[in-house]
Amino acid sequence: MYAKEPFEEIVRKHGAQVLRVCRGVLGLHTDADDAWSETFIAGLRAWPSLPDDANVAAWLVTIAHRKAIDITRARKRRALPADGVPDQESNIGIPGSTDHDLWDAVRELPNKQRQAVVYHYLGGLSYKEVALILGGSEAAARRAASDGIQALRVTYLSERVKCERTS
Amino acid sequence: MSTIDTEDGLGARILYTLTSPDQNDLATLHRRLETAAHAEGILDVAYTTIDSPVGSLLLAATRNGLVRVAYEREDYDLVLATLASKISPRILRAPDRLEVAARELGEYFAGRRTDFDLPLDYSLSSGFRQIVQQHLARIPYGRTQSYKQVADQVRHPNAIRAVGTACATNPLPVVLPCHRVLRTDGSLGGYAGGLEAKETLLRLEQAA
Repeated sequence: MYAKEPFEEIVRKHGAQVLRVCRGVLGLHTDADDAWSETFIAGLRAWPSLPDDANVAAWLVTIAHRKAIDITRARKRRALPADGVPDQESNIGIPGSTDHDLWDAVRELPNKQRQAVVYHYLGGLSYKEVALILGGSEAAARRAASDGIQALRVTYLSERVKCERTS
Repeated sequence: MSTIDTEDGLGARILYTLTSPDQNDLATLHRRLETAAHAEGILDVAYTTIDSPVGSLLLAATRNGLVRVAYEREDYDLVLATLASKISPRILRAPDRLEVAARELGEYFAGRRTDFDLPLDYSLSSGFRQIVQQHLARIPYGRTQSYKQVADQVRHPNAIRAVGTACATNPLPVVLPCHRVLRTDGSLGGYAGGLEAKETLLRLEQAA
């Protein structure tokens, strides 16, 4: 007998992964929680009709991608702080620390690069799957992720060098 | 995560750690999902587990009522997989819908309740089995009947074996008291929860 798993299993297996994706794209913000909730509600609704051979992770990340876009648009309409990571109080490390600067670097990445990095490295999607979400070729998705990682690495390394110099 | 083991993925590795939720984050989001799924009418099956004198029990309910009570030895994964294929895979662990059932079972196990006042969903059984299972609720607390007596009462006096099968496949044990059905000679017969559980329930009802 082959049948669809109970959706609870899907939440258990992919809940953390999807939250990382939402946080990677939207920042450590309640917007990321909203995107997560909307993703899993949409997922639960569509779950019975998803083809049995579908890649569940890619399916969920694709939904999360759309929900994050909706939320980003709504955020702009509300004229809240600029896109990416919020300016509200940070609970992700001491300001001025490497973590904090990494978030700044993430926020400053062009959208495509940030999305490519997040969907590949946090969502676990192949570049082919990332390309299906972002449009464009697999090679372009690979390049966007690689450029994004390179930019983060420069930030991280330069911060580390600074820390070493001051210590 | 194997894809970010390389030096190249240093930033990604840190980002992975920074975005990783703790159990509390996920528990809060899960509760929010339960509430929203219920409100939107897409929570087809809600379940929870409770502790009892006969071990852990899984309780599952549709919007129509309690649909399944299962013993741990029946294998919860298998029970949930069956619910997914027979009812719907839109299943979440969502204890709210089972609150009344859990409370009534708690009262029953404490000897303070002799019958259940719960909406039941019989959709996991059909035909003769369902007729037998519905009859079980009419066997009074603390009393027993033989498989033969049950067969007589559902007007199929020769269907003793089928009555046994109906009891063995009861999707709502304890609530529909198949434990009150014994062999004609008074021996226990079978029980999905194991004979020890059957004995425990019968003893509980004698004591109360």
